[in-house]
Amino acid sequence: MQGQTLGDLRKIWQEAWPARRGLRHGLVLGGVSLFLALAGLLEIFAKREVIGNTLSMATALLMLLAFFAGRQASATVRKETDRLLPLFLAGTLSGAIVGLLLSLLTLLVSQVDMRDIFVYATPTLVELLTLGLPIGSAVPVLIVAGGAMGALGVAWDYLPALFRRMAGVGLVWLFLVALLRELVQDLLVNQGLPRAQQGLLFAGKGLSPWGVLILLGIGAGWVYLRPYLRRWLSTPLGRLIGLSLEGWAALYIALVLLERLVLIWWPAAASVSLIVRLALWAGTAVAWSLLLALDAPLRGQVQERFRQPRSAQVANAFLLVNLLLLLPLLVGIRWSDVLDNIGLYVLMGLGLNIVVGFAGLLDLGYVAFFAIGAYTTGFLTSRLAQEFSLRGVIGWSFWAAWPVAILLAALAGVLLGIPVLRMRGDYLAIVTLGFGEIIQKLANSDLLKPYIGGAQGILEIPKPVLGNKPLVGSQELYYLIFLSVLLVIYISLRLAPSRIGRAWMAMREDEDVAEAMGIHLVSYKLLAFAVGAAFSGMAGAIFASKLSSIFPNSFSLLISINVLCLIIVGGMGSIPGVVVGALILVGLPEVLQEFAEYRLLFYGALLVFMMLARPEGFWPARRRFRWGVEEAGQGPTGRTG
Amino acid sequence: MALLKAQGVTKRFGGLVAVNRFDFDIEEGAIVSLIGPNGAGKTTFFNCVTGFYRPEEGSITFDSVPLVGLSPDRITRLGIARTYQNIRLFPKMTVLENVLVGQHHLLKANLLSIILGTPDLAAEEERARKEALRLLEFVGLRGQEEELAQNLPYGAQRRLEIARALASRPRLLLLDEPTAGMNPREVEEMMDLIRRLRREQGLTIFLIEHRMKVVMGISDRVTVLDYGVKIAEGTPEEIQNNPRVIEAYLGRRRVA
Repeated sequence: MQGQTLGDLRKIWQEAWPARRGLRHGLVLGGVSLFLALAGLLEIFAKREVIGNTLSMATALLMLLAFFAGRQASATVRKETDRLLPLFLAGTLSGAIVGLLLSLLTLLVSQVDMRDIFVYATPTLVELLTLGLPIGSAVPVLIVAGGAMGALGVAWDYLPALFRRMAGVGLVWLFLVALLRELVQDLLVNQGLPRAQQGLLFAGKGLSPWGVLILLGIGAGWVYLRPYLRRWLSTPLGRLIGLSLEGWAALYIALVLLERLVLIWWPAAASVSLIVRLALWAGTAVAWSLLLALDAPLRGQVQERFRQPRSAQVANAFLLVNLLLLLPLLVGIRWSDVLDNIGLYVLMGLGLNIVVGFAGLLDLGYVAFFAIGAYTTGFLTSRLAQEFSLRGVIGWSFWAAWPVAILLAALAGVLLGIPVLRMRGDYLAIVTLGFGEIIQKLANSDLLKPYIGGAQGILEIPKPVLGNKPLVGSQELYYLIFLSVLLVIYISLRLAPSRIGRAWMAMREDEDVAEAMGIHLVSYKLLAFAVGAAFSGMAGAIFASKLSSIFPNSFSLLISINVLCLIIVGGMGSIPGVVVGALILVGLPEVLQEFAEYRLLFYGALLVFMMLARPEGFWPARRRFRWGVEEAGQGPTGRTG
Repeated sequence: MALLKAQGVTKRFGGLVAVNRFDFDIEEGAIVSLIGPNGAGKTTFFNCVTGFYRPEEGSITFDSVPLVGLSPDRITRLGIARTYQNIRLFPKMTVLENVLVGQHHLLKANLLSIILGTPDLAAEEERARKEALRLLEFVGLRGQEEELAQNLPYGAQRRLEIARALASRPRLLLLDEPTAGMNPREVEEMMDLIRRLRREQGLTIFLIEHRMKVVMGISDRVTVLDYGVKIAEGTPEEIQNNPRVIEAYLGRRRVA
């Protein structure tokens, strides 16, 4: 009898495979949600809201997890059957399991005090998970809600594709704006719309119901209208109108910008500005129309290589550059500072991209060159140096010190390069790591204290002065950084498809064969180190001047790691990838400041995710990327094999 | 006057003598094969010629220039190019880029001219590109120049390796088992390609090969190595009938 029952049970267990799949995915994503709860991330998410006073981000996140559990479960089950019953069974079960795990956690935390181990297992967490309901009724609610989300996850794939895309893009939009609410609100304030008047979009700590509708509408409308817009834009008339509008928008921005910049240095221009503006406007509009009229591809011949008429490229680039130039004025001082930091990391990233991405030399002490650039500038320009002996000899302007800083950094790159010429891979990484540490220790040492201040650092480093106006604020410095980034991108773009870039890449791929192809390894390795270091030194100099004071602690190993991470995340050897990486790794943490203490967790998780899902980076070096093809709004299609 | 001349070349790895007092000549314009059982020291000798290894004894001269002690990149500049037994392309670079790397030492662009984008540079790049396309045409890879090298089928990778070697404008081309792993049709194509290399590019060709059909079909002369020692040298017919060669390949005939 006993044996028969066991056999029956085994049979049932074998036949209930959809339930087993559901169980598995429910446990995995439920585990993720438990982790989020116990690591305290949920509590932080709870402080943000998707819909003001109604739906907190934490709740939305948990719902999303249950949704994905259902979707994953149904995706695995669908490999074996198309019947709806097992699909929905698995999906609902997996969602419900997420809910079940969460309610178990709630029960546990409310009964047992585990705060010695899990700091975040607090009554606040319980309140958050129970949505304020009494525990007795919260448990079934959690399970049922989880199951419903799981079932929704299954149903999702049965919705019409267009609707799915529209809803997906709309929801992603919604979440993005809710997540970046601070940034968006600051932006609007900066455009003369105080927070009190933003009630249409925002309410409480989240979006207002109207805001939700508007954002959903924008996302969905964009998806719906895009094919029509594309088709219209490919007709001659549509293209002409589209390009004209784009070009004029760019021109308008350029003029606004010009005016504001002129006013900084020449306040008297205010009285003539209207005339100047009109004249410029008319002149450039004529020039633009001429350009369009003369552009042969516009008359129907699309260049095969670019698949876009030349004029569209020109217009896109022009608009982009102008928008970037306008950015600091749009976002205000605080976010300009963030942009400056991103820019500095882009500079360093582009430098390290040459060393690691192009030449394949893993350098973990990259911060050293940043430090050398910063300290050279500090030493040459600050009062400290003037005091001790060289009064009158140094105390240079930033502009004089900058090239010296770049050259010294490049020289340091060569000096580091010489001893490590024979090393590869891991060994190279270790030695360069040591080099980075040595430079920081030197900056901290008593030996050099009279010159560079030891632990007290260098203070009172002057700002760059342009004309008679020092570039004090982050908005002014933005332009300096922007131009530097443009220069460095230009150099990188020139080098990549050149004899030197090819030699670097060949070295990266196979050093022995590269040498047998006539490439002199020593000089090309040193060249890579020097160019990479020069870019970093360039960033260091601006950094010193921007902060006015530098300390050895500013040049820790963490910076090298950050720069390396942003290259990996963006895509090894990819120039746009560096920018994307910097936006993600430097920009995003600034926007999500509450998560500051989870920064490293975020880095780690992101790196693991990247290695598993997109080892080539977000913007791989070897893919033609066209604007609009890959929208952020495609949404997470979490179907893994 | 021999184009490549090796005298008493000896290369040891620890106690193992991989190449032992090897004497060897190649006349300009010849196709010469080096054969022998596995581990006979053929590739080791290749590596000595191209500067990957430094022989302990003996001398190698190319067009009267001593090669021993020169680095691989110098030797390439002198006019020797090679392919590898296990294909060694630059896998994550495009087909075209692979060939362009081969032209490295023929180009003059430097950091300054590249950053400034001088007209000379543009002209040079254009010439290099044309030359690379011509070579790809020659080996039959035209139209695939934007493909990543790693995505090419096996036979095409072998041909790309030859195109890359040709790009450095060598006078002597070293081919290390060019037909390894190929099917009969690909082997025919490769033999044809090697003959055309001599006929149309005027190259001297030195190849390691296991396939007797290829060796006997295209070589002017054949040299046989066994345990690092040269055991025979001569025309294909002479080698085919040489008892020592047969012994090295098939073992001594046992009389039962």
